Amino acid sequence: MLENYFPILVLAIVAIVLAIVLMTLSRILGPFRPNATKLNPYESGMDPVGEARDRYSISFYLVAMEFIVFDLEVVFIYPWAVRYLDLGFGTFIAMMIFIIMLFVGLLYTLKKGTLDWELNNYRG
Amino acid sequence: MTVYIFIVLAVLAIASALAMVINKNVVNSALFLVLNMVSLAGIYLLLNAQFLAIIQILVYAGAIMVLFLFVIMLLNVEQEEKLFDKFRVKYFLAFLLGVAVTGQIFYSLAGVTDMLPEISDKMAAVGTVEAVGDVLFTTYLLPFELTAILLTAAVVGALMIAQHKIKRTEEI
Repeated sequence: MLENYFPILVLAIVAIVLAIVLMTLSRILGPFRPNATKLNPYESGMDPVGEARDRYSISFYLVAMEFIVFDLEVVFIYPWAVRYLDLGFGTFIAMMIFIIMLFVGLLYTLKKGTLDWELNNYRG
Repeated sequence: MTVYIFIVLAVLAIASALAMVINKNVVNSALFLVLNMVSLAGIYLLLNAQFLAIIQILVYAGAIMVLFLFVIMLLNVEQEEKLFDKFRVKYFLAFLLGVAVTGQIFYSLAGVTDMLPEISDKMAAVGTVEAVGDVLFTTYLLPFELTAILLTAAVVGALMIAQHKIKRTEEI
């Protein structure tokens, strides 16, 4: 049973080893002569102002929330899709009810203007 | 062989969990949490719960972590640094509770003799996607539909929280 996942293990090991090897190679082979200008985030650009981790707009959070809901919807669709032919038409209706209920939630957020992407348009 | 994979995954899970708690940079903590969840998915796979393992990566390491990172981004950096100075009493209480839970785990483990039992074919059949689908859409159909209501409520709740925040910033 577990042998089936051996390719995934090999893939993971190759990914990790390759990352380490490439980092070490570039550290060993590449010349490293830093100065203040070179270490700037934008070498010939503007000087950075303030913290890198500023507060984000709440719209991103709402989109992330929306993403989680539809991610979970897909999670429930997987076992249904696998067993659909054997379980019959009743489960099709059950799944449609499930999807429509979540669609109502999406309609609500659309009507509220959450996904309009401009805070001014937010009709809260 | 299974025992060795389990030990590697268990050590990885515990180490990443500890690194998550100890790390002062919250974003790094979140990334250690991803590592923790991936190693937990590996342990699920060892228990032949394939569906659960994939869901663990897909939902927890994917979606939930996205939400965690966004919540971290929404926090003020200064507020987050203050968290390490405050709540000494709470830390102590949390430590006591942790000791209690660990003690209980060791107490219940004392009676177990066969730590990693051989997984029979009957046990292995429970964790497949087919088995989950069969049970979910027959016996547990009502909880499945209720999940949709719960998810919709979550969306509406998130909207309400965001609305509150926006109104307050407008007042200022």
